[in-house]
Amino acid sequence: MSRATPSRPEPAARKRARGAGGSGPRRPSRTRARHARAAAGFVLPFLALFGLCFLAPLGYALHQSLQKTERTGPLGLGREHESFAGLANYAQALSDDRFLAGFGRVLLFGAVQIPLMIVLATVLALLLESASARGIAFFRTAFFLPYGVPGVIASILWGFLYVPGISPLVKIADSLGLHVDFLSRGTVLWSLANIVTWQFTGYNMLVLIAQLKAVPGELYEAARIDGASARQVARYVKIPLIRPALVLTGVFSIIGTLQLFAEPMVLRPLASSIDSGYTPNLHAYSEAFVGNNPQVAAAEAVLLALVACALSFGFLRLAGGPAGERR
Amino acid sequence: MTPPPLRHRILTASLLTVAALYFLMPVYWLAVSATKNSADLFGTFGFWFADPHPVDHLTEVLAYDHGIYVRWFANSLLYAGAGAVCATLLSAAAGYALAKFPFPGREAVFTVVLAGVLVPGTALALPLYFLFSAMGLSDTYWAVLIPSTVSPFGVYLCRIYAAAAVPDSLLEAARIDGAGEARIFGGLGLRLMTPALVTVFLFQFVHIWNNYFLPLVMLSDSGLYPVQLGLTSWTGYADRQPVLYQYTVGGAFLSVVPLMVLMAVLQRYWRTGLTEGSVKA
Repeated sequence: MSRATPSRPEPAARKRARGAGGSGPRRPSRTRARHARAAAGFVLPFLALFGLCFLAPLGYALHQSLQKTERTGPLGLGREHESFAGLANYAQALSDDRFLAGFGRVLLFGAVQIPLMIVLATVLALLLESASARGIAFFRTAFFLPYGVPGVIASILWGFLYVPGISPLVKIADSLGLHVDFLSRGTVLWSLANIVTWQFTGYNMLVLIAQLKAVPGELYEAARIDGASARQVARYVKIPLIRPALVLTGVFSIIGTLQLFAEPMVLRPLASSIDSGYTPNLHAYSEAFVGNNPQVAAAEAVLLALVACALSFGFLRLAGGPAGERR
Repeated sequence: MTPPPLRHRILTASLLTVAALYFLMPVYWLAVSATKNSADLFGTFGFWFADPHPVDHLTEVLAYDHGIYVRWFANSLLYAGAGAVCATLLSAAAGYALAKFPFPGREAVFTVVLAGVLVPGTALALPLYFLFSAMGLSDTYWAVLIPSTVSPFGVYLCRIYAAAAVPDSLLEAARIDGAGEARIFGGLGLRLMTPALVTVFLFQFVHIWNNYFLPLVMLSDSGLYPVQLGLTSWTGYADRQPVLYQYTVGGAFLSVVPLMVLMAVLQRYWRTGLTEGSVKA
């Protein structure tokens, strides 16, 4: 996601725009003014709503996170009023073991689930794009279908497949003499990881296939004529070429993982080990609505956004950045 | 080119089949279970039918609680449909302007929009709730609709697409013919950007349809719920009223089918759009 690439045609466009109206000294400035007015008309409706729904809440959250509610009067039963709290809410959030444990949990989740999912998506994309595959349209559709299942429904669905009394999977395992418990303290995180993997692998696969198809076929042919095996073509030609798409899916997965909410929220009644602070988002939600502590919740939302930005930018840097890759 | 050896083809086919079983198994379970009553849901083997009565059971789902499910479904359609249409038009206009008009502060605007792509949506939902409830907007249709009309990713995609697909010479020609900027955008820009617009619409539609956190924090009146939220409210009561398990399964099935059909039919658009987004980015 580079800023540089899309803006590259700019100077040429600007020159052309000037050239077209460049008969007199006043023409260009009038054209420019007209352009600026038109551009404003096109951009402002979006910007107004973007400001309302992105910038204002962030600003409001920052403001809230620096406030505290105080009650005046005897025994603290008087009127509530807000006062400046400095970084106290952040300190409280960061000293809350359960909030930190939630962060640790989603980081562990991401460290295992994201590579697993991306490897699976890559393997499926390469298999479907290899010469050995038959029934490609069917398989591609089958893999992609779960993306159409909302996270909540997917969690309800898999929840039924995890719960001992109703799950055919547990029943099959039992009849084979295996005792599996998908919802125990040790396994439930990976049961959640399975839900996310199930939903998004096909989507990521489609992104990778799109990138593979964008590469001219002669390149693969050339490698083959040079004597490369199918596996070597995949390893040394295809994977380097889809690197930008891999980076992109990686970034979106990191952002998605940190926001993990619907899946644990839905599985909560089924698994006692999922508490109200299981993920950072769940923690912020219960701070706000159960603990009635909106300022701490705001501080946690800000921390979450900061970590997500830091991690995705860090990852882009680390991965060489799709911008550098394509220049 | 010689066809790949049989060994490769068998290996590929079996790997693909195993993967297909994994991805389709829960959907198959859902389809089978939607035909069962509560007793059979718990009492019979999940991967096979028991006395199937799909029509009766699904009608029960639709009729329960004065047809609340139908209302939730309509709400979801409204949020996702209206939200995605508005988001697409707003993104198209903004992306078009960012690509085609050199104006002061353009790069700054684009940078802010890009940062918006990277900000996690649910981190915004709580602050948005605080803000909207201060404005008296929470627990209304607007609380979900307004945030649904903003798609930074859509603007990003539209800008890239417009830069590549809308030639400056065509715009100049239209200007010389005396067409106003709004008409040029409506008649020319939108038409040339159609493939990107379809993709933005689809992305946003699915994004809104799947969104759970925002309606959860914004809405408390169950008459305003989208399907997802409604279904989780059923599972919440199912302990006391076990028939709700059956209704949850039936309701989940009914809500999943249209979207899966949409996915399968419109795969082509996901692909073209994604190529646009990831290759030219």
